[in-house]
Amino acid sequence: MSAAVELDCRGAVCPRPIIELAKALPSVAVGETLAVVADDPAARHDVPAWCRMRGQEYVGEEVADDGAPRYVVRRTS
Amino acid sequence: MSTARGYLDTASAEPLHPAARETLLAALDRGFGDPRRLHRAGRDARLLLDNARAVVAECLGVHAEEIGFAASGTDAVHRGLLGLLRARSGGSGAGVAHSAVEHSSVLQAVQWAPSPDHVTVGVDASGRVDPAAIAEAARRPGVAVVALQSANQEVGTRQPVDDLDLPDGLPLFVDAAASVGRLPLPGLWSALAASAHKWGGPGGVGVLAVRRSARWTTPFPGDDGLDQLGTTWVPGALAAAAALQAVLAEREETAARQHRQVDRIRACAAALPDTEVVGDPDERLPHLVTFSCLYISGDELVSALDRHGFGVASGSACTASTLEPSHVLAAMGALTHGNVRVSLRRDSTDDEVEDFCAALTAVVTEIRASVDL
Repeated sequence: MSAAVELDCRGAVCPRPIIELAKALPSVAVGETLAVVADDPAARHDVPAWCRMRGQEYVGEEVADDGAPRYVVRRTS
Repeated sequence: MSTARGYLDTASAEPLHPAARETLLAALDRGFGDPRRLHRAGRDARLLLDNARAVVAECLGVHAEEIGFAASGTDAVHRGLLGLLRARSGGSGAGVAHSAVEHSSVLQAVQWAPSPDHVTVGVDASGRVDPAAIAEAARRPGVAVVALQSANQEVGTRQPVDDLDLPDGLPLFVDAAASVGRLPLPGLWSALAASAHKWGGPGGVGVLAVRRSARWTTPFPGDDGLDQLGTTWVPGALAAAAALQAVLAEREETAARQHRQVDRIRACAAALPDTEVVGDPDERLPHLVTFSCLYISGDELVSALDRHGFGVASGSACTASTLEPSHVLAAMGALTHGNVRVSLRRDSTDDEVEDFCAALTAVVTEIRASVDL
């Protein structure tokens, strides 16, 4: 799905993708989505865990054009 | 004051118990022989080994002939689980139903015996399996053995082993390495494995208990059964037995103190912003607590705490020891980065716990400030 903001965190190791996600959250409006593309294996667990801890909605995992995992988050607050 | 002050990783290895040290030094000179030989040195070693088996058996509430000594906890797990599997299936591809949060030694043994019938049972957010889900998995065609830990080695949550309703005759393997010496053992098992250095015995001694009623066949070449799992390190086995006896004599007192100290650390960690304490708050190992801090890497935390004099473990990836995050934290849906596991010594003091809490708060605050969020 398209997202208001997409973060390229290929090659970044944990917790860098989650830090970038947290920094980018205020740049999208409530109700909009942002995506983070991250090949670090921890991101698969930590993006949903971050959403739960920070009260945001985890939309799901997709695959970017180059095959890297792309995690989509909706800002709810 | 203990010379190990600040060491808070007993879930990896507890410092050698004084009773073990004393016994080990005495037994090194007397127990060097091969207990299978009929000469004097062999008979001496046999006497010490039989003594070790009897003491460990009494500690675990089983018969001496149900106890074997292995080369490590991992070795005991491998021989115990694979031996049950081999006795049931003759080594031909039967399945194991197990929780998703078993120790890696269990998961690796399962992978080593490939089968289309292996079943992994998930856990809830506290890390506990639903006994009904294990019972359901146990009834699937092709499942020959069930494996469930007594308590989780990373988050401390106790598993409902005694609540399992398994089909008649289906063997149960219990990895009790995290809880032996700390919690009452479950009663329902066919084979059980433990590791001496986790209760203050020496490293290099695993314990495998197999019920006389269980069907178990040594899974590796050349062994003669429980009495000789490879070549037993006799002095080590006797020292392990002495430590277990000593630890159990004060188990309830130690557990009550540690439970209270862990409550203090849990409260301190929970008070930190964006920090989640994981594992069951009550139904848990007495000495262990795990938590995860957002935006911090596990190895940063471990290194910073080490500079403050505290030795802790981490289940996070990006630490020197692993590229993959903890499968336990992942199965629970918990945050895998910024993870710290604290496990208390039997002589950890309240002062030490307070100093740890202060260091933790300082370290997390300092690292967070550098993240610039």
